[in-house]
Amino acid sequence: MTLGLFLEQLLNGVQFGVMLFLMAAGLTLVFGIMNLVNLAHGSLYMMGAYFTVAAVNWTGYYVAGVLLGLAATLLLGMLVEVVTLRTLYERDHLDQVLATFGLILFFNELVAILWGRTALDLARPEWLQGHIDLFASSRYPLYRAVIIGVGLAVAACLWYVVTRTRLGMLVRAGASNRTMVAALGVNIRLLYTFVFGFGAALAGLAGIMAGPIYAVQPGMGELILIQVFVVIVIGGIGSIRGSFVGALIVGIVDTLGRAFLKPLLGTVLSPSYADAAGPALASMLIYLLMALVLALRPEGLFPSRGS
Amino acid sequence: MNRARIVFWVVLVALLLALPPVAAALQQPFYLDLVRKVMIFAIAAASLNLILGYGGMVSFGHAAYLGIGGYAVGILAFYGIFNGWLQWGVAIGASALVALAIGAVSIRTSGIYFIMITLAFTQMLYYLGISLEEYGGDDGMRIKARSDFSGLIDLGDPAAFYYLTLALMLACLYLVHRLSNSRFGMVLRAAKSNEPRSRAIGFSPYAYRLAAFVIAGAMCGLAGALFVNHTAFLTPEFMHWTRSGEIMFMVILGGMASTAGPLLGALALLVVETLLAGWTEHWQVVLGPLLVLSVLFFRRGLAGLIPGAKDG
Repeated sequence: MTLGLFLEQLLNGVQFGVMLFLMAAGLTLVFGIMNLVNLAHGSLYMMGAYFTVAAVNWTGYYVAGVLLGLAATLLLGMLVEVVTLRTLYERDHLDQVLATFGLILFFNELVAILWGRTALDLARPEWLQGHIDLFASSRYPLYRAVIIGVGLAVAACLWYVVTRTRLGMLVRAGASNRTMVAALGVNIRLLYTFVFGFGAALAGLAGIMAGPIYAVQPGMGELILIQVFVVIVIGGIGSIRGSFVGALIVGIVDTLGRAFLKPLLGTVLSPSYADAAGPALASMLIYLLMALVLALRPEGLFPSRGS
Repeated sequence: MNRARIVFWVVLVALLLALPPVAAALQQPFYLDLVRKVMIFAIAAASLNLILGYGGMVSFGHAAYLGIGGYAVGILAFYGIFNGWLQWGVAIGASALVALAIGAVSIRTSGIYFIMITLAFTQMLYYLGISLEEYGGDDGMRIKARSDFSGLIDLGDPAAFYYLTLALMLACLYLVHRLSNSRFGMVLRAAKSNEPRSRAIGFSPYAYRLAAFVIAGAMCGLAGALFVNHTAFLTPEFMHWTRSGEIMFMVILGGMASTAGPLLGALALLVVETLLAGWTEHWQVVLGPLLVLSVLFFRRGLAGLIPGAKDG
């Protein structure tokens, strides 16, 4: 294993991590503020990718398509919130899980009806196709580097908005006492709808960036959703900082496990055993990590204060 | 048990007993197949009802045990071991062991964490199933022969398999009924409705919850052994997370914490699915909103409609 290969896989892990973070941030915001478990968050990720494919084909421009796709996902999120989820805030988590499970079935099938079941291709534009030089002879795909940059920028913005602005203050206040904030004259329902739409747009952004790397197909949202759950459980639910750390840990562990576990096992086990056990163990690695974290800290690494 | 409920059960069992000859007379073996599947899922839903309905543990990973039961039978059959007692014993034992491991970690948490963790562990087993190339991997594998109960009962005979499933389902529904009304079940319910108080009177819920979790896992493992004999085909799809969601919906549709609920819920969901699937390829686009509506507006479940149904 060369240093260059290791560095490249490490960067891939970070890239996967920031995408997980974009998903986890929306999910954990919605949970922390509205106390809503939204399984359909993965559907918004999927819809973001599909909207963008459609918009890029329609306009012919990548950037215009991405912006339209983001706006469409934001609107869709707000629509879903107003039509179904708003009634669920006061219900228990079980009802929320079941209703959003119904939404997943609906969206997956809707996508299959509109665009078919075969995977679509969301091509990256020419100006994102190059490589950047790391050091010596190592090169890294520009597109993945851009994902890392966008993800870190969003994380910084999110931190600034939530902790340093008036809007963020209202959001935090609404999370700790909804009735009191409403009594002070804030339209809390509108605020919730906006927050939900914002979370949806973050999921959509993750879906858009994932498009050229993974397949755009029905059900793509649930694959990542369950990994996002692992992130949230490890990081501590309701904490954006926890999601960030959890996402990077999960992204890096998963990527490095898939890349290096098989050759590593090969040094101790016979090749045929390593071939069989390597991929199996690699796909289970993050879940085992989650079990370990839970055994040591049942509330996650960064438990949110209060409730 | 009051009279209305006795009448309900007598009519229900009589209808189920009468189905095979009726289906044979009408030459509609399809219905036998459908109701057998309904009853197998009723066992799975009944086991989930024990921990979800009575114990308040929202396990979103119950399909894991369906899969473990299925894989136990399938893997033994792969190596030419068809002895039903052994196959089903391993299925139940392995499911109980896995439930013990998952439960020991998950029950330390509660609420939303519990939902996510049970889902994540099931997903882990699903990926494990996919990576087992020797046993079919992603594509699954055909089971060469059904479980063999050495002349006692022949699962190849649809009616015999149907009656065995019926008997096992009634036994499981009765077992959950008895368990939920026993001292054990009372502690479980007490911990669900008020954990601090049940601690205050001297019961630590953890051991009771874990025991219920293991019993539920074992029972669902039995359903898995039945299901793999039903389909004669083993795939990781047994453990797909949508399967867990379906089992959960059966419990809720039927009515949580009721004896007949799991059967009614399994019947309702699978019949609606079959009808919609016969009508359009894109049946999930209709089913999804139906499920959302049922959560929003139909909260008591079908068991609430049974005459003489008790409260709660």
